[in-house]
Amino acid sequence: MKAIVSVIGLDKPGIVATVSTILADHNVNITDISQSYAQEFFTMIMVVDFERSNSTIKQVNEDLKKAGEKIGVFMSIQHEDIFRAMHRI
Amino acid sequence: MSFTPEEVLETKKMIQDQGLDVRTITMGINLLDCVDPSLDLMLENIKQKILSLASDLSEVATSIEEDYGIPIINRRLTITPISLLIGALKSIKELSLDDIQKFNDPLYHKYKVGNLRIAPDAIDSCIAIANILDEAAHEVNVDFLGGFSALVHKGFTRADLTLIQSLPDVLSSTETVCSSINVAATRAGMNMNAVKMMGDIIHQIAMNTREKLSIGCAKLVVFANAVEDNPFMAGGFHGIGESECCINVGISGPGVIRNIVKHQRNSDFETLAESIKKTAFKITRMGQLVAQEASKRLSVPFGIVDLSLAPTTRPFDSVAGILEDMGLETTGGPGTTAALALLTDAIKKGGLMASSYVGGLSGAFIPVSEDQFMTEAARKNILTIEKLEAMTSVCSTGLDMICIPGSTPPTTIAGIIADEAAIGMINQKTTGIRIIPVIGKDVGEEVEFGGLLGKSIVMPVKRSSCEMFINRQGRIPAPVHSQRN
Repeated sequence: MKAIVSVIGLDKPGIVATVSTILADHNVNITDISQSYAQEFFTMIMVVDFERSNSTIKQVNEDLKKAGEKIGVFMSIQHEDIFRAMHRI
Repeated sequence: MSFTPEEVLETKKMIQDQGLDVRTITMGINLLDCVDPSLDLMLENIKQKILSLASDLSEVATSIEEDYGIPIINRRLTITPISLLIGALKSIKELSLDDIQKFNDPLYHKYKVGNLRIAPDAIDSCIAIANILDEAAHEVNVDFLGGFSALVHKGFTRADLTLIQSLPDVLSSTETVCSSINVAATRAGMNMNAVKMMGDIIHQIAMNTREKLSIGCAKLVVFANAVEDNPFMAGGFHGIGESECCINVGISGPGVIRNIVKHQRNSDFETLAESIKKTAFKITRMGQLVAQEASKRLSVPFGIVDLSLAPTTRPFDSVAGILEDMGLETTGGPGTTAALALLTDAIKKGGLMASSYVGGLSGAFIPVSEDQFMTEAARKNILTIEKLEAMTSVCSTGLDMICIPGSTPPTTIAGIIADEAAIGMINQKTTGIRIIPVIGKDVGEEVEFGGLLGKSIVMPVKRSSCEMFINRQGRIPAPVHSQRN
């Protein structure tokens, strides 16, 4: 099962490290990363794979949200199907 | 990378900032197999059937919300029109068959409703059923249950008549139960006995719920050409051509469309229509995904996606707001019907491409109390009932959540119903009427329902009597377009 992690916020050190740690803790594998900076905003999209994970999207999302609040950045994860459904014919 | 960051962010913005959501997941349930001549057995059957099929609905909806990050605002149920279940009850059969035949016969001019003796037991049976439906709805955690309905476009059965006469009690004593009455069809004509009756019934419901601003009327829709798979309330019911059980989804994104239109200030009509169409595609695709996923998780077949634009009271979530962003000073002024026609058509085109099964009403809802910009336009007296009637000829829905003076005569209410039903009947469309005569309030007075139903202002109705017209008995014949065979 693939999912998309999105991170949006003001750029600061430690964002990528925070996200990667959470994903590693859940045994979720990162298969693609894309990031960009616009003005001071940092946006990162990760495609991740749950194949070797025993966690649910809900659990990972909760951890991401909590961590995001702590460092002041918006983080969430969603099943990739929603993006496939909306953006591909 | 399978998706560009722009695409991901677009989706996230639509959900986070522009109010994209699945407005309702509705489970349609067939109750025909619950029929029993014993009321008690039937009540038990109904409750058990609903509980056994729908108990997981709310939980599954929540799990889909969590996995996909899409808000699913409402969980609802639609059921077989109840009038189809009660015909064998002894109390219903107490009404003489001969009497109702006379009442239905268009050649029998002098028959009045007052001559029809409906046993109080029969009304009580209807109320008992409504109560069990209310109970079941609460137990499975849905906020509305639609289908306390009757299809009377060609005439009444004893069951139909009893159910309709029970509405003032039912809609004032239950919370979740919604009703719809189909009074006209392109192939059948318009049952004017029913139209007249509904004018009276709506007035009675208004009186019975006058302490709550006549809110009972918000749970009743009168239809022409009602559809069998509408997932929205109050007009949804599980039609007789439907299967045992299905999942229907109503998506919604006026806020998303508004955002697109706002960025098209200087574009020509082709570009405008195209961008609405493409966005409607994305919105509908999301609804389709949720419907299919719900179907999988509940092991219930997928029915349809209704791609209607349904506003909420949030200011960005307004259909009238879209029209004004298209270039109208105020909704209801000249240009409104044309703008709405463009919008509704573009929504349908984009939505049809996105989903395998599109159904329900699939139009643009224009409820006056639920759409802030509509309410404001009514307040300025630019949006009138007459203009709303014109708008319904292009938007696939109907006169919705319109407050009128409580003193409006029942025959005038019937006249409004007849007009809207005529638009549907002649143009082979579905039209609906959800009108609220607010007892104790007059033109210009504010009405605050609160919650989902929003707030509104009492709109003026032209002072011209149609009493003599409405008091004629019988049926307006089916229009010539019904002869398409």
